[in-house]
Amino acid sequence: MVKFRYLPMTEQDQKEMLAEIGIDSIDELFKDIPENVRFKGDLNITEAIPEPELMKKMNGFAQKNVNTKEYTSFLGAGVYDHYIPSIVDHVISRSEFYTAYTPYQPEISQGELQAIFEFQTMICELTGMEVANSSMYDGQTALGEAAFLSAAHTKKNKVVVSKSIHPEALSVLKTYAKGPNLDVVEIDATNGTTDLDALRAEVDENTACVIVQYPNFFGQIEPLKEIEEIVHQQKAMFVVSSNPLSLGTLQPPGKFNADIVIGDAQPFGIPAAFGGPHCGYFATTKKLMRKVPGRLVGQTKDEEGKRGFVLTLQAREQHIRRDKATSNICSNQALNAVAASVAMTAIGKKGVKEISMQNLHKANYTKKQLEKNGMKVIFEGAFFNELVVKLPKPVKDVNKALLEKGIIGGYDLGQYYPDLEDHMLIAITEQRTKEEIDTFVKELGGVQ
Amino acid sequence: MTNQNQSLIFELSKPGRIGYSIPELDVPETPIEELIGSDYVRADEPELPEVSELQIMRHYTALSTRNHGVDSGFYPLGSCTMKYNPKINEDVARIPGLAHIHPYQDEDTVQGAMEMLYDLQTTLEEITGMDEVTLQPAAGAHGEWTGLMMIRAYHEKNGDHQRTKVIVPDSAHGTNPASATVAGFDAVTVKSDENGLVDLEDLKRVVGDDTAALMLTNPNTLGLFEEQILDMARIIHEAGGKLYYDGANMNAIMGRTRPGDMGFDVVHLNLHKTFTGPHGGGGPGSGPVGVKKDLLPYLPKPLLVKTEDGYRFDYNRPDSIGRVKPFYGNFGINVRAYTYIQTMGREGLKKVSDYAVLNANYMMRRLAPHFDLPYNQHCKHEFVLSGKRQKKLGVRTLDMAKRLLDFGYHPPTIYFPLNVEEGMMIEPTETESKETLDEFIEAMIQIAREAEESPEVVQQAPHTTVVKRLDETTAARKPILRYEKE
Repeated sequence: MVKFRYLPMTEQDQKEMLAEIGIDSIDELFKDIPENVRFKGDLNITEAIPEPELMKKMNGFAQKNVNTKEYTSFLGAGVYDHYIPSIVDHVISRSEFYTAYTPYQPEISQGELQAIFEFQTMICELTGMEVANSSMYDGQTALGEAAFLSAAHTKKNKVVVSKSIHPEALSVLKTYAKGPNLDVVEIDATNGTTDLDALRAEVDENTACVIVQYPNFFGQIEPLKEIEEIVHQQKAMFVVSSNPLSLGTLQPPGKFNADIVIGDAQPFGIPAAFGGPHCGYFATTKKLMRKVPGRLVGQTKDEEGKRGFVLTLQAREQHIRRDKATSNICSNQALNAVAASVAMTAIGKKGVKEISMQNLHKANYTKKQLEKNGMKVIFEGAFFNELVVKLPKPVKDVNKALLEKGIIGGYDLGQYYPDLEDHMLIAITEQRTKEEIDTFVKELGGVQ
Repeated sequence: MTNQNQSLIFELSKPGRIGYSIPELDVPETPIEELIGSDYVRADEPELPEVSELQIMRHYTALSTRNHGVDSGFYPLGSCTMKYNPKINEDVARIPGLAHIHPYQDEDTVQGAMEMLYDLQTTLEEITGMDEVTLQPAAGAHGEWTGLMMIRAYHEKNGDHQRTKVIVPDSAHGTNPASATVAGFDAVTVKSDENGLVDLEDLKRVVGDDTAALMLTNPNTLGLFEEQILDMARIIHEAGGKLYYDGANMNAIMGRTRPGDMGFDVVHLNLHKTFTGPHGGGGPGSGPVGVKKDLLPYLPKPLLVKTEDGYRFDYNRPDSIGRVKPFYGNFGINVRAYTYIQTMGREGLKKVSDYAVLNANYMMRRLAPHFDLPYNQHCKHEFVLSGKRQKKLGVRTLDMAKRLLDFGYHPPTIYFPLNVEEGMMIEPTETESKETLDEFIEAMIQIAREAEESPEVVQQAPHTTVVKRLDETTAARKPILRYEKE
């Protein structure tokens, strides 16, 4: 009877248990399912596959994919190939972390709670904000939640968003906005950053928030200083989406009086994994602390005065507030928040500066090399680790040629921006060597 | 678990130590002021820790020993399906061709991933009896909201703008009413009857031409099967509403019945529960949503489809509610769930539900003499006891939960569902042996006895954990949400 290695039930067990219940068969436990909705026969799904064969099957799927361990990748656009310290996976493979659930019983969940408390602290440090939550699904849905919070807090309806944010963040925002009927107004980007005149014209007394990305989707550094003035003049909330690694070099949004900073911690220790799971973060001010979506870990003391950690301010959350809650988030990305914490710890104060600076320098070197080779890098402003290059051919064709050389090329901007057809968004992280960059530039030049 | 005081990583930090290693910069350096305007160069340094690699490993190892997972011991947390997390799942998710693929790679270079996802979709359609599944939602609550947004789009397309209400049973998960609100609906409660099932008379009272949907968990949070499901489906459908299935309790019914056959129009699943996600300390999860044909046009885009030219993402879906998540969902969790389903197969998944239900009924019958059992019929994969009897002795359910910690167990879900006084919701799952169930039962019986004979032992519990009960009131009144250097 024991045929499945996860199921310890023996015939003897089953007999004893049925006797205790006072029935003859398991079928009797399902008699309350009405006859005409009982499922008869076998589900038309796979037969059980033994472990060695299954491993082969899954490797088979994997082998049909091109991966960034074997190919040199210049693809970013929100998901990046960064250094992942080996220690990260060793920590999150400790099953006390990954086989636990939400730390509702703090006395036996101090490990998870403290790890998240440390995550919250590190996110605050990087963003320059006072409060950070325990994680969100991803940067894009965190952005949707930031719009919700802004609208609920200001009791206003208009969400002004720059078109230079991640296009999928914009798509997700538009879906989120339909719930509470928020009015999403898009501001064009000119020369790669938010059009300040258009922004000034649009932000008014009905504006709940203004959302920009820093560095933005094109890699450009948005003028947060000027934007902040426009936003706060109208008492709207200033929401900044930010790559936390870039904040090792860039002045953090907190210094520009951002009200909410959101983003994704994927650059810290989290593999691309075909787009998820990653790790959204949500940081804000003390003033808004009691309106933050999701879980918060707080420090407290036990009955003997010993330091400990608990989930706190739970009156905000769905399981208490039910239909009065402003967010429905329950499960978040806890394990990936731990992964990001381990990476942020390993990289540390020195590393976050060194690695982000390497991104900056390598991207600028790439720009110079591209220009030297006669290619046009559009947008003149300062940028972090991504740039946009104009190609003489469709990006899809170029990428196909690059792939044959073992290179995964950049992102095709024409998919979302009609005026940027044949423009490629290229990401250069610290992982790319000078040699790889030179080869890439040469090959890119060669497709002309 | 050790009993020493645990430092924060910041307290171990010392200037000059590092825990990373990358190659030296190999390109010419341009002075930073030539690259970034001075206003935008970071002035201060973020206070991240400065520690060595061994210090980090010891720190997190110490933290892990202060944490209880399924691998540490029994974890009968009701409604959370804390079953064993297979190790092959973890190995598979780390294969470079699955872990290190970028979502924006050309579709031709990720056909393996797309094929696997497509097969997972198809498999989940069969298990739930639905016509089409999207894998985009990140977790259960996200799936609920996605499903409700589709229902909303459906009604709006039909010009039914007056359908603003979503009916939710009083025993529902908190996410149900919250998701309804976030999707722009008003949540309306329908009462349970004396058998713990939805009160049909009350349902008839609250239903109307303003009904958008009824959200239901079946079996419900009491672990009871809603026997009148077909009547409920008829009432809702006749009123023009849609029936929403919260799949949190799917572990009870695989191969026995399907939401699609019960009349549900939308289903979400929690792959981190029934399909061994794992739970990750609170996530990441995955919350696929399945729909019947009516709602198919409204699925989030892109939709993964199979064509003559391989697997493709279909963006051309004019009635779609849009994107609910970037990229294609929590792929890494979907990989694990797929691996699990392949391990169990059709025969195994049915056994999963059979044994989950058998285990729960066995525990319920053995514990019934010692606690209050508010609903006496057979349960499904979980059951709810009431601590009413012990409360009269001055011992609350919270105390009993804390006492269980001394025995090395994670307690059941407590004070939920809301319609049971001093509730304890117990879900053993199918991966636990009878010996484990018996030991837990003995511990529960001992606690019930202690409540009578030496209540202070229970009231003052836990006695053996690394910290005693924590002051949650002060934590909320004077929140300390981050470390600050003294």
